[in-house]
Amino acid sequence: MTNAALKTDLLEVNLGPQHPSTHGVFQMTVVLDGETIVSLKPVLGYLHRNHEQICEDVSYIGCFPYTDRLDYFCAMTNNFGLAVAIEQLGGIEVPERAQYLRVILAELTRLVNHTAVTGFLLNDMGAFGTPLLYAFREREKILDLFEMASGSRMMCNYIRPGGVREDVPDGFVGRAQEIVAAYPRFLDEMETLLTENEIIRQRTQGVGVLPKALAVNAGITGPMLRASGVDYDLRKVDGYGVYPRMRFKVPLGTVGDVYDRYYVRVLEMRESLKILEQALKELPKTGPALSAKGQLIGRSPRTFRPPKGDAYGRIESPKGELGFYLVSDGSPQPYRYHVRAPSFINLTVLEDMCRGQKVADAIIILGSVDIVMGEVDR
Amino acid sequence: MLDQLFVHATRGLLTLPGRMLPPALNAWVGLLLPIAAIAALAPAVMMYLTWLERKIIARMQNRLGPNRVGLFGLTQPLADGVKMLIKEDIVPAGADRLLHVIAPVTALLPAILLFAVLPVGRNMAAVDLNVGALYILAVSSISSLAVFMGGWASRNKFSVLGAMRAVAQIISYEVPSVLSVVAVIMVTGSLSLVAVVNAQAEGWFIATPWGAVAALTFFLSGIAEVNRTPFDMPEAESELVAGFHTEYSGMKFALWYMAEFLEAFAVCAFTTTLFLGGWQGPAWPVWPWCLAAALVLASARTLAGPLRLLGLLGCAWAAVALRSEVVPSWAWFLLKTYALVFVLVWLRGTFPRLRADQLMGFAWKFLLPLALVNIIAAGCWSVWPGLRGSLIALGLLVGSAWALIRVNAPASEQRRTYVLVE
Repeated sequence: MTNAALKTDLLEVNLGPQHPSTHGVFQMTVVLDGETIVSLKPVLGYLHRNHEQICEDVSYIGCFPYTDRLDYFCAMTNNFGLAVAIEQLGGIEVPERAQYLRVILAELTRLVNHTAVTGFLLNDMGAFGTPLLYAFREREKILDLFEMASGSRMMCNYIRPGGVREDVPDGFVGRAQEIVAAYPRFLDEMETLLTENEIIRQRTQGVGVLPKALAVNAGITGPMLRASGVDYDLRKVDGYGVYPRMRFKVPLGTVGDVYDRYYVRVLEMRESLKILEQALKELPKTGPALSAKGQLIGRSPRTFRPPKGDAYGRIESPKGELGFYLVSDGSPQPYRYHVRAPSFINLTVLEDMCRGQKVADAIIILGSVDIVMGEVDR
Repeated sequence: MLDQLFVHATRGLLTLPGRMLPPALNAWVGLLLPIAAIAALAPAVMMYLTWLERKIIARMQNRLGPNRVGLFGLTQPLADGVKMLIKEDIVPAGADRLLHVIAPVTALLPAILLFAVLPVGRNMAAVDLNVGALYILAVSSISSLAVFMGGWASRNKFSVLGAMRAVAQIISYEVPSVLSVVAVIMVTGSLSLVAVVNAQAEGWFIATPWGAVAALTFFLSGIAEVNRTPFDMPEAESELVAGFHTEYSGMKFALWYMAEFLEAFAVCAFTTTLFLGGWQGPAWPVWPWCLAAALVLASARTLAGPLRLLGLLGCAWAAVALRSEVVPSWAWFLLKTYALVFVLVWLRGTFPRLRADQLMGFAWKFLLPLALVNIIAAGCWSVWPGLRGSLIALGLLVGSAWALIRVNAPASEQRRTYVLVE
């Protein structure tokens, strides 16, 4: 019997919303021809919490606890992004020490995120939790630092307009320096296990290729864009905060497959460590961590009425360009509040990357995009 | 004395009814006793395999593993068993009820049946079947039927996908598995597993060039046949939720689990029997090595005091025990089998999973040709005894393995370059 005589059918499978590797409540409706993906439709919205609407009903500073819950792996950078937008809107100055603290916390967040996402990627590949737990061991150390500074490990609510909520306690810098000094050892260990691993190379090389042109046209940002070989890093492009003073490089991939995305993240962590070393050394010993205006906003939030107008503040979050668009009508709360979530926009090319691949590849491609549903659905 | 402990115990148990029962019935009792022993031990082995696996993987992942229920969590498997028993048993709407119930039982039965021909120690095989090797190959392949039955009857797409993968995988890996056993049968000249073990009295088969390769192919395809990492495609958690047993709950799920663990244990046990000398102790004196290890430990200053003492005493004791040959045959068997079980768990804690098509490629493009060449190598080895045959076999195997690796290597060497831009 020839193949044509056999009656074959396409199989439609719902991966998610209750599925072990959709990173939360994400659903992919996959049409399969055997094991090969014919089409893939992402279904979003299971975690919609009305974030933007809620934030239009509270004072500017009241938005901050909500931003912690956007990308719950990177609370610090979420706070940072919104603070940048509000500072643009209200023309608030940030003291030198706070600028440095922000960079330190943002880079630590990048380490947390990239370490964890590599662990999750390996979990998606079927490693029985070992790489993930190695990653989480390191993550815990940095979360301890966050707790030291903000009192909370994940929902930090720490960076705010005009600086940071309060100065870091004594010993913070020393502990941070210890962690930064010990981190390369962990990265080396991780790379020995993963980078040259035959199974990992077979599984990831040439899988989920994202062409340069498509990446640019779809508005992809972050490590995913850089893995496709586009040199675009807001820390260099915008040069916000004290980043222009830091000496670091931007790693770029060539192929844009899952392997490149993994390795670009590893290289980015190494660059982050360089930034951290410099920032921790140059951090001013004295000086306020919150400007006078920032303190005033903190004490009485509803007295802060930015002038009419709009502002778009953006930073390079670990996942890509995290932007906050604010419109003020002169009242104590934003008239319009919008989040440009990198996870969400990076997810839009999922089908293009998955078509023609095997169903097992779809899982690791999703893992390499690095999404957090809290940010995708908002 | 210790060596034949269980044999004597069985004989003792049989004398009592032997005096009271007619001879025809007595024969039945004699048959039932080993069956009862296997049926009772199989769940116990499985339960403590789960405990062992959880403990070992936990240590690999900087965790403690189960430690709440009993000393070192030793009663955790019992608690799990109770939990499984009282869980709700769900049959999905529209599923084939009968097949859904039968499938896990069909999976478990062959897993237990396998142990019937296993020579656990000297004179300790429940049945010395003259076609033992054939029997294990035949019985172990029943599990593919059960897996497909379970996957199909669940009326779940993940289950069907998992079952599809499982059948393809099990059938593919059966070929190299059988071919690697063929080499053993050729050299032994018997299909009986007891004869295979006896033939290894002067040296384990793994110490010969063809034996090493056959052991590797047999063990690898065994891992694939019982769906364990890195070949756990049919139940790939991150892709197919739980594969063919997605829709199973309660005791039926436990039966699947039990079948899987028993089969994994059986793979280790048969690898031991076929290639690692079964219940035979090492053919060469190893006690000097233990003594040497004891000396090394005694002079090691980096180890903590109590640990050093413990290691020293252990090695010294092992040297004495080996020298006087008091280690019972069944202890040798269990030692070797559990060492292989550790390797299985180790693999699980270390490796990511291959993709379904890469997995099939590995079976057909690498293991199968290698197993075929290995049969020729085994032939050479037995035709020309001594060093000459060994060298010819070694040359054949190394050459073909090298060629296969070259042929199967990806077309372009994927060296990546990464640019660091200012």
